[in-house]
Amino acid sequence: MLTEVGTCPLLSVQPSRAQVDEKVQIVVMNLLPNQKVTLHSLHQSEDKDFWEAFGHYISDEYGTVTVAKDESLGGTYEGTEQMGLLWSMRPIPGSRPGLRLRKMNILTPIVIHISVYGGHLSQGFSQQTPLATSVTERWYVAPGVQRVNIRENGVRGTLFLPPGPGLYPGVLDLWGGGGGLVEYRSGLLASHGFASMALEYLGPEDLRTADVDVSYFEKAYQILQNHPKVQRDRMAMLGLSFGSAVTLSMAAYSKVIKPQCCVCISGSHVFPVDKSLFEVFEGMKKYIGRVQVNEENQVIHRNIILPIPSDPALKVDVGRIKCPLLLVNAGDDQNWASVESAEDMEMMMEKAGNRDLLTVLTYPGAGHLIEPPYSPHFRASNFILQGVKEKIVMLWGGQTKPHAYAQEDSWEKILAFLRKHLYFSSNFAVKAKL
Amino acid sequence: MYYFTAAFFNSKLRCVANLTILKQINRVDNLISLRSVSTQKRTCPLLSVQPVRGLLDEKFQIAVTNLPPNQKVTLHSLHQSDDKDFWEAFGHYVSDEHGSVTGFKDESLGGTYDGTEPMGLLWSMRPIPGSRHGLRIRKRDIFRPMEVRISVYNGHLSQGFSHQAPLATSVTERWYVAPGVKRVNIREKEIRGTLFLPPGSGPYPGVLDLWGVGGDFVEYRSALLASHGFASMALEYLTPEDLSLEDTDASYFEKAYQILNNHPMVKKDHLAVLGLSLGSAITLSMASYSKVIKPQCCVCISGSHLMPVEKSLSELFELMKSHADKLCVNEDNQVILRNLILSLPCQSAKVDVGRIKCPLLLVNGDDDQTLPAVESAEDMAMMMEKAGNRHLLEILMYPDAGHLIEPPYSPHFRATNYKLEWTKEKIVMLWGGQTKPHAYAQEDAWKKILAFLWQHLSAPVSTVTSF
Repeated sequence: MLTEVGTCPLLSVQPSRAQVDEKVQIVVMNLLPNQKVTLHSLHQSEDKDFWEAFGHYISDEYGTVTVAKDESLGGTYEGTEQMGLLWSMRPIPGSRPGLRLRKMNILTPIVIHISVYGGHLSQGFSQQTPLATSVTERWYVAPGVQRVNIRENGVRGTLFLPPGPGLYPGVLDLWGGGGGLVEYRSGLLASHGFASMALEYLGPEDLRTADVDVSYFEKAYQILQNHPKVQRDRMAMLGLSFGSAVTLSMAAYSKVIKPQCCVCISGSHVFPVDKSLFEVFEGMKKYIGRVQVNEENQVIHRNIILPIPSDPALKVDVGRIKCPLLLVNAGDDQNWASVESAEDMEMMMEKAGNRDLLTVLTYPGAGHLIEPPYSPHFRASNFILQGVKEKIVMLWGGQTKPHAYAQEDSWEKILAFLRKHLYFSSNFAVKAKL
Repeated sequence: MYYFTAAFFNSKLRCVANLTILKQINRVDNLISLRSVSTQKRTCPLLSVQPVRGLLDEKFQIAVTNLPPNQKVTLHSLHQSDDKDFWEAFGHYVSDEHGSVTGFKDESLGGTYDGTEPMGLLWSMRPIPGSRHGLRIRKRDIFRPMEVRISVYNGHLSQGFSHQAPLATSVTERWYVAPGVKRVNIREKEIRGTLFLPPGSGPYPGVLDLWGVGGDFVEYRSALLASHGFASMALEYLTPEDLSLEDTDASYFEKAYQILNNHPMVKKDHLAVLGLSLGSAITLSMASYSKVIKPQCCVCISGSHLMPVEKSLSELFELMKSHADKLCVNEDNQVILRNLILSLPCQSAKVDVGRIKCPLLLVNGDDDQTLPAVESAEDMAMMMEKAGNRHLLEILMYPDAGHLIEPPYSPHFRATNYKLEWTKEKIVMLWGGQTKPHAYAQEDAWKKILAFLWQHLSAPVSTVTSF
């Protein structure tokens, strides 16, 4: 219908190159009034799979659709969702099952094609010609951020430095039990002014779990702390999932690791990391019977630590922690019983008298994998179990919309927390009076 | 060298209480700058530039937070051009009671710009002290962004930025192309140009983009137009060695127009011609006389109808050579071309704009020293009034803007080094304009040019052919 009339709808996506945690404004103009259109996003991952999202809209009396203001009437998201075309992405029909979207090369952007189609479509996008298309890039690193390979003293990681002469607060960034070297969160933190080191501690062949113990993490922390561009006494540790257990253990027990603050996402204090990882995993194996598998053959890992043990040897003594601690948890975490753990940690800290250091954020409806904002949600995905080398489908949990909200809100709060304790903290003033 | 100096100083400093440094803190306006500026509270300022990667014509928001209140700071921008020269701009600010400086709200109290100017750090850039004279920024590889380092310095500095360690730095990129824009080399018979296509399957309205004189072939405006949805072809008509000026006549431009109009991804007969300077003269000539070039609309920036380009360009240049004695040179040895143009025998040679049949937008600066744009516009309006097509004409006249009306936020060049086409003589050409009004003209004109193009190129075909 539109080609007969001959108007050219104008699709604008601003900014066309954004940081991963930046919002975009998507506006379509020059449509007919009250015209049915579908806004569609398409991305091809590094693994070559296609991901898409779409929303059904009706233009207003001026022939305009403004995603930030207008409601999607259906699609992969509904309601007024400015970033719905990003966080509601999922593999296109016919894709391999259990996929997860992760960018490994973060020096190049995520490229997304945003298109407007006539009518309300839910499939067959590749067979239709869109009314207009725009390409948008999303970057994990800001211009000028430097990437430095760390291979020192047996420690493996990647350090990201903000632009400029420094000095910067340092963040030791620990991913979870999936292992490998995941850089994107550190790249993003460096884009916010933190010297962030993504640490590899699980996975590479030349790093055996028997060799990764407390001293590995202490060495890593010191490498970061001693870096000429890092402020020695403005340090933090940030962990996700198993990385949280490491963070809590170090904060409680290490004489070397004394951060100004810690952040633990989707983690637990159960199974302290006070020995080698090999021994920790051996200790966990005793409880493997508690791990369940549902009808869809997805592994539910959360019960492995339930009920929360009362035996103190099985838990990090969080009463010993001396720095502010932020816990970010998902209400529907099917992988770790992080909410229950947080309740227990709160009790322990109350008893020990350091409860004032603790802040807990719990997001109802969110799942285990709380990633940077606007990342798609995966309720379950393929996973290789550590030590067992078995390929399974792990259930992470969460529903897409509340999970998206959790990612957006928690990231803002994590950044504010880090800034508060690493940039704005006035405890320097106390030391300056010496 | 700049960066080593800053890093060298900064590596000597630590953001930690230290008695020796405490003494220096009191000399807040001097010497080595520190991360904090008071003994009361040691702060690490946070500088944010949003978006950090923008299109050339996109605005950015600069904000500094976590300063002490009422702190004097300098916002500074630094860019190294493709020619390796350094350009900078700076503004003096005072933080508010919350310790913040917000670029789009606060006033610069001095520097290369003053007042509330969110984009002042870009458009007021000029070569750093000690640079070569007569410089101009021209981007050669437009698929790589322009990198600008934005920094905050302690105190109100006007020089010596490379000897100070900034309080914070951010690097921002300014891109000439949006993601997904494709570049196509056009080498068809003797026609040479570059076509930029927007992302997607098209077809797109087309723009034939004619730059002015000035040496190198310029693609960046076409790339930017493609980033806004136009299939834009930057036409080469002056520089290639195998293209002699005798051959650059009306048929050259007509062939180029046809190549664009016939391109499979261009919406047929949804074309505009856009020219700057000499390119404007060509645009007016083609729009008036050509039987082949029939655009939906035309845009002429800093142009004149007093330059006859109907025959070949070599004839035009011969004409200009023969009037070389009318070329004015001012006390600074800068060449003022406008008087030469005004002296050309024009009554018979000027373009008969009464014959133009499509909407025409003229964009002029009233301090244009290169071409008599203002006088031409007035004369054109009279001619079109007489001919009955005055309603097609729209004139944008910008007070105190000069000749080189470039995309928004580009620095202003009042005069630059130049090689005269018709004598190959190296001179300094006076373009005119004052920086702030020129910056305003660039920003406002671009918006209006885009709106004008969209209005006339995305309209239904039926309404356009009613002329």
